[in-house]
Amino acid sequence: MAESRQALLRVQHLVKRFGALAATDDASFEVARGEVHALIGPNGAGKTTLIHQISGALAPDAGHILFDGQDLTRQPMARRVQAGLVRSYQITSIFKRFSVLDNLALALQARRPGRPSWWRSALRDEAIFAQAEALLARIGLASQADRVAGSLAHGEQRQLEVGLALAAQPRLLLLDEPMAGMGPDESERMVALLHSLKAEGLTLLLVEHDMDAVFRLADRISTLVFGRVIASDTPQAIREHPEVRKAYLGEDEELEAAL
Amino acid sequence: MTTMRTSLLNHRGAGRWIWPLLALLAALPPLLGAFGLEFYVGVATRVLIFAIAASSLNLILGFGGLVSFGHAAFVGLGAYTVGILMDAGISAAWIAWPAAMLVAGLAAGLIGAISLRTRGVYFIMITLAFAQMFYYLAVSLKAYGGEDGLPLPARSALAGLNLRDDASFYWLVLLLFAAVILGLQRLLNSPFGWLLQGAKENETRIAAVGGRVFAVQWQAFVLAGAIAGLAGALLANLNGLVTPHLMHWSQSGQLMVMVIIGGAGALWGGTLGAAVLLLLEELLAGYTLHWQLALGLVLLAVVLFAPRGLAGLVFKRGAKTHG
Repeated sequence: MAESRQALLRVQHLVKRFGALAATDDASFEVARGEVHALIGPNGAGKTTLIHQISGALAPDAGHILFDGQDLTRQPMARRVQAGLVRSYQITSIFKRFSVLDNLALALQARRPGRPSWWRSALRDEAIFAQAEALLARIGLASQADRVAGSLAHGEQRQLEVGLALAAQPRLLLLDEPMAGMGPDESERMVALLHSLKAEGLTLLLVEHDMDAVFRLADRISTLVFGRVIASDTPQAIREHPEVRKAYLGEDEELEAAL
Repeated sequence: MTTMRTSLLNHRGAGRWIWPLLALLAALPPLLGAFGLEFYVGVATRVLIFAIAASSLNLILGFGGLVSFGHAAFVGLGAYTVGILMDAGISAAWIAWPAAMLVAGLAAGLIGAISLRTRGVYFIMITLAFAQMFYYLAVSLKAYGGEDGLPLPARSALAGLNLRDDASFYWLVLLLFAAVILGLQRLLNSPFGWLLQGAKENETRIAAVGGRVFAVQWQAFVLAGAIAGLAGALLANLNGLVTPHLMHWSQSGQLMVMVIIGGAGALWGGTLGAAVLLLLEELLAGYTLHWQLALGLVLLAVVLFAPRGLAGLVFKRGAKTHG
């Protein structure tokens, strides 16, 4: 049991205040190796603030972020990425003017440790482009390699967003609302993509409003309310958790129905 | 495996046109001489020197998205380094010119380390403020002529070449120009160049996948400063005079105009812009004192009808927008 439930990410007593408001208020939870862990919570619960601290975009006021035993609390984003902790964005963040293949090749270049060469041709780097093409197939955009990224449909741009995060070769992928603004078909394709990543054994930390997707994908769910993690358990247990039900009561009928 | 891969991030040189073009440029002094137009050798030299300076600005402005409004400071620092060294009795080009690049590069390192922590309008203002500081520093240097500037008694000396001969000096400038353009092309097409261009397009994303945006932009800023310093060293030799005006903000503005007219983010943008601007000035200044009005109209036309500059009209490129 202890072997299989070994934590890859440990968030311990994290605090982040904005003036008098504690957006993150002594939040603690763990993400085990190989699991899909969902982070849910009503609007304003502090999910985004928490994600920003884990990815390194915001510095916490107190607490610790341990990744694979390493304390990354004060490390810059680049160091976290090198360690394998990578995020995708809620608002699509791709290289809109460049081709889909170039998007991935560029991300793969950026991921390379050490000083980037001033002299070698990036375009003739067969290893990078072979990796980029493999990644393209993995996210289901192989037929769109030469398209300008900005001209892709919304759902495809979201797939590319995940691809760019994958280019950084994460061991834990932090997905900030990957289904945001998607139609049912697009959502279905994203769920399939995330399922395939899960099957590869990639650890996922998923922040998502689509409760249907969350309950289909997640192995464990942490519920955030007013900056605190009030429960961290299996989907079944979360569904029945009295405090979770109370937190969502009257908040959003759709969520309530899902619970 | 040979690939025919293309990319918006990859910049082609002049392809098979490069040799005829270089041959034509190299043949310019005797050609002009044959028509009794030796004066224009100096004009052509000036165009090439400004092409070097504008191309260095294009590296950070066009490819890096860093709108630096103080680039003339580096040109001026390079020029003053040559002037001051010559005043101290050191006129060897192989010492003075690298020294000019070093001084300009060091200044760029300092200015970049501070200004690259800001973005947008703040970056424009801070680079402008630094450049003006150097301008007033030069004005206050009474020992080196203050506002009137520092005349150079001769051109830099280079073993085996008589740089006092305008044609020889032109050929040397042409050689350095070609080296700068080829070097910049190589740099832009390297992983370093891709990261610089990627950070212009989406800085957050480059950082999110582990790219060191600040380091890349700072190194590009220092290199651009050093190349501008070289242009300054050459300009001091061409003019035979170094004045604070070289660092005036209007000179930085002129370099920006060259880059925008020629094509920001196009390999030949700085060169085309420098050629068009300086030749237009040469042509129109003979007819009217208000030649800058015509220049304004050209700039307006480029911004309205050729947003990618003249280079965008000459070289067509781009990826598919449909599957």
